[in-house]
Amino acid sequence: MHNRFFLLVVCLSWLVFSLCSCRQEEQINSKEQEQHGVVQVNQVAGFYLLNEGNMGSNKATLDYYDYSTATYSRNIFAEANPSVPKELGDVGNDLRIYGSRLYAVINCSNKVEVMDAATCRRLGQIDIPNCRYMRFSGKYGYITSYAGPVEINPDYKQRGYVARFDTATLQIDATCLVGFQPDELEIVGDKMYVANSGGYMVPNYENTVSVIDLKTFTEVKRIEVAINLHHLRADRHGMLWVTSRGDYYGHPSRLYCVDTATDQLTDSVMIAVSNFHLDGDSLYIYSTEWSYIEMDNTITYGIVDVSTHEIKTRNFITDGTDQQIKIPYGIWVNPVTKDIYVTDAKNYVTPGTLYCFSPEGVMQWSVRTGDIPAHFAAVEK
Amino acid sequence: MYNYFFTLATLALKKLLNFHLPSLTCLFEEKLVPLQTFLEMYIRRLTYLLLVLCATSVMAQRESLDSLAHTLTLDEVTISARRRDEPVVPVQTLQGERLEALSTQSVADAARYFSGVQIKDYGGVGGLKTIDVRSMGSNHLGVFYDGIEIGNAQNGTVDLGKFSMENIEQLSLYNGQKSEIFQPAKDYGSAGTLYIRTRRPKFDNNKRYNVVVTMKGGTFGLANPSILYEQKLTDNIHFSANTEYTYAHGRYHFRYRKVMPSGLVAWDTTAVRQNGDVNTWRAEAGFFGYLPDGKWHVKGYYYDSEKGIPGAIVNNVWKNSQRQWDRNAFVQANFTKTLLTGYDMQVNAKYSNDYMRYLNPDTTLMYIDNSFVQQEVYLSMAHRVKMAGAEAVVPTWQASPLSWDMSVSADYQYNTLDGNLANFVFPERHTTLVAAATQLYWKYLRLQASVLGTFVKDKIHQPTLTTPTASAQKPQFTPAIFFSYQPYLKEELFLRAFYKRIFRMPTFNDLYYTDMGNISLLPEYTTQYDGGVQYDKHFPKCLLSDISLKVDGYFNQVKNKIVAIPKGNGQYRWQMMNYGYVEIRGCDINASATFALPADVCLVIAGSYTYQKAQDFTDKSEITYGGQIAYIPWHSGSAIANLRWHGLGLNYSFIYVGERYHNSANIPANYERPWYTHDLALSYDLELRQLLHEHKHSLPRLHFALEINNMLNQQYEVILNYPMPGINGKGIIKVIF
Repeated sequence: MHNRFFLLVVCLSWLVFSLCSCRQEEQINSKEQEQHGVVQVNQVAGFYLLNEGNMGSNKATLDYYDYSTATYSRNIFAEANPSVPKELGDVGNDLRIYGSRLYAVINCSNKVEVMDAATCRRLGQIDIPNCRYMRFSGKYGYITSYAGPVEINPDYKQRGYVARFDTATLQIDATCLVGFQPDELEIVGDKMYVANSGGYMVPNYENTVSVIDLKTFTEVKRIEVAINLHHLRADRHGMLWVTSRGDYYGHPSRLYCVDTATDQLTDSVMIAVSNFHLDGDSLYIYSTEWSYIEMDNTITYGIVDVSTHEIKTRNFITDGTDQQIKIPYGIWVNPVTKDIYVTDAKNYVTPGTLYCFSPEGVMQWSVRTGDIPAHFAAVEK
Repeated sequence: MYNYFFTLATLALKKLLNFHLPSLTCLFEEKLVPLQTFLEMYIRRLTYLLLVLCATSVMAQRESLDSLAHTLTLDEVTISARRRDEPVVPVQTLQGERLEALSTQSVADAARYFSGVQIKDYGGVGGLKTIDVRSMGSNHLGVFYDGIEIGNAQNGTVDLGKFSMENIEQLSLYNGQKSEIFQPAKDYGSAGTLYIRTRRPKFDNNKRYNVVVTMKGGTFGLANPSILYEQKLTDNIHFSANTEYTYAHGRYHFRYRKVMPSGLVAWDTTAVRQNGDVNTWRAEAGFFGYLPDGKWHVKGYYYDSEKGIPGAIVNNVWKNSQRQWDRNAFVQANFTKTLLTGYDMQVNAKYSNDYMRYLNPDTTLMYIDNSFVQQEVYLSMAHRVKMAGAEAVVPTWQASPLSWDMSVSADYQYNTLDGNLANFVFPERHTTLVAAATQLYWKYLRLQASVLGTFVKDKIHQPTLTTPTASAQKPQFTPAIFFSYQPYLKEELFLRAFYKRIFRMPTFNDLYYTDMGNISLLPEYTTQYDGGVQYDKHFPKCLLSDISLKVDGYFNQVKNKIVAIPKGNGQYRWQMMNYGYVEIRGCDINASATFALPADVCLVIAGSYTYQKAQDFTDKSEITYGGQIAYIPWHSGSAIANLRWHGLGLNYSFIYVGERYHNSANIPANYERPWYTHDLALSYDLELRQLLHEHKHSLPRLHFALEINNMLNQQYEVILNYPMPGINGKGIIKVIF
């Protein structure tokens, strides 16, 4: 008798469990808001921060800091665009505001997401495989891409290109082949400079900057700089600051200076650069270098004066907070208050941290971000 | 002569155990028989049993040599002999009808039914499937195929999706190590071990051969024919060959859907999983020999596959084009013999050659065409000496007399890896393993203790240097101790506990992968503490005929965990470091009940439940500190109900994986919902001989099965952005000659 009872209990508990375990539907990501810092009213209304998200995770997210309310909003894209399948995409690589629009380059989703800069609402997308960085000039936007023409050829080495798109139609109307695996680009007058990395060609890295004539949109020149180039920034003295990643072995990372009047390499500064931000004459730099002796990263936070080419400091963080930052990844300086913003990407798979430092290098506040916080775009009134 | 004894002995044992013993136990249970009479009967039967055992000492010897007792196919004998060993080390086994009823495609699919196990499944027929036992990481699981470990010196991971369940007879999962001291030193060398045993030839009555032809087909374009051929060459030498081909286009629909907080649908999209095709051919052949005081076994294995790597589904990317080719071949041999009374020896040897090619043909991405060849030579010798006492095979209802065994085993292994990467260092590794173990059975107590010494020497060929560089890891000595206690002789109740400390060596990739490897890595250690209880009971002539319950609680630590740390300047540059520290507190429960229902209906209900709190205690300053580690659910479990009536079988199985996070930062953005699948399989065995009332032996037996998996068509992911198939089905026809 007790056996039948046992059987009944088993069946009943199963039924109860099945009914209780109805699976909840997956909700869109809601934004999370936190108060940090103090209210500031000036022409900088706020800034967007693009979190890259690790490759394959589809976790590129957008955060926004609003100076008028001192509110940090995390992961705002999904809520602003609830009907977009699979959200922003995989690996954000660049973020720009041009006109009233916000453009996010999403590398592994092979697209540039085009949004309204005020609301973050999606306006459209530009499909471009393996896209890296972008700049604007006039009615055009320019995007570098690692993806060369598709050919069937076993010895084929793929040259990258710059694609030009019309900001009105969001259609690519021309491309210009450059070197292997082009990264950042910069526009100075009628010329465009593109840093070729050759990152897929290890150990045969590229060592040139391509110069493109914007009128004809053709490559007119190559300037030999150093191996594995990455970032480019033009200052107000007509100089172009170029970073080399080095080869991680014998050739260290360095900062180089190209004169845009003569298109000649004119100077180099003995500082390693992972990423930088130019504000006035101050080039804010951080660098992360792996030391095989200490089996650890050596991290530097420096400022280079672009008018004198001198290193003003090798540690602009003065209160010891630099000890907490594991992998600095993004850098930006508020053009009005000169507050310095540095992000920490930690181990690339966990949420990062955004630190706000006063111009004197004292931490004001910090906030949790998405995964791999990296690229800033300021919203100006 | 030999076989004659075998048949005679088994028949006798079957008769004794089957017909007399249950009733005896039953009578005893109900206390209807005076104790004296019972003892008389008992002693009489025991004497009979001992006589039979003596008469078949040959067989018994073989039996004792092989703890898994597979040569005796009669369950009654198997169980009583096996249970001697079982409780010392917690073990979970799937075999025979129960395994067949689950009708799983790969070893990984079957391993999901074990408790304490989390499967990492990238979806589809050809997707990578690994298992993680008690959250220590899949690198800590040793996988043994027919007794010898399958190595992967390159990355330490064995893809269990590659091992088809066709021709697999038994899967056993041990926490700690196998409950056996007469084994190679390697068997002591993992935190958990999975033994995959292929079918051994066995022949009914006068048959000298078996042929089984199987055809499976189903969704994903699955076509999976296989043939098994077994031949009794002589009474003592059996031959078996088995080959299988698997094709699947691997396409299936998957659906992603999210809702607004209000419940309205935000977006809902369905797509087809692409580039999941599989083309695999496997062939195995082996000889099984039986000697008067021993046995031997030689087998060859060949596996050749080409498959697509479906990849992650991310925004704007619904298709990938990466491909992978694998070719694995090995030959292995085992020789076991009792040299003197109380002294056994076994020798194992293996050579394996594994080729892998990975291709990324997409030139919009980085074009990659890498290939690697791994080779392994393995030699092992194990000795066991009986120090005191008699053979350990004694029925469970009897207290063991003192039995004390000692064993020593020594293994040597040589691994190489060739690859076409830039700056590749062509590593070689010499591993010497020496183990000493002892086993003591005394009255209600069983004790096993072992210590393993590991000596590793690597050699690498730096591209810049003309002579190779040698480096040696510090010798490692790691102990394990297992203990079990049976408080009441007449009850199959066992209390047990174990402690084991072991490590995994850094793999070739960890140490030497171009640019990422770290030559100064130390081994990654695990320490396990486990305490448990097991109870089995048989109720003769009852509706509920058998119950079994196993409960284990454990605490594990993973120290010096090898993790990738971002390094330097530039994207996706990593460095392997001994960085992590994880603590795991868990509980595994297994329960089963067998019902002998009226009208010959047999119902088996089995369930497993796992609770795990696996916390990342690596860095106190991080949000991940104390967080549940990636993809480990707090609650998971499985349930199986199997109904059998004559040749007809109905199997229902359920798998549940509770909520988890895909990262040890346990924040809403990393939350993963629970998932669960309901599978149903119907099978029918048909004896054509009986059907046609003919007594020709040439008429085959037929087996039909139909299964529906994920019946509720649940859309789920085990790994983020790797969608799993919804409802799918399979049909099987098997002809057994």
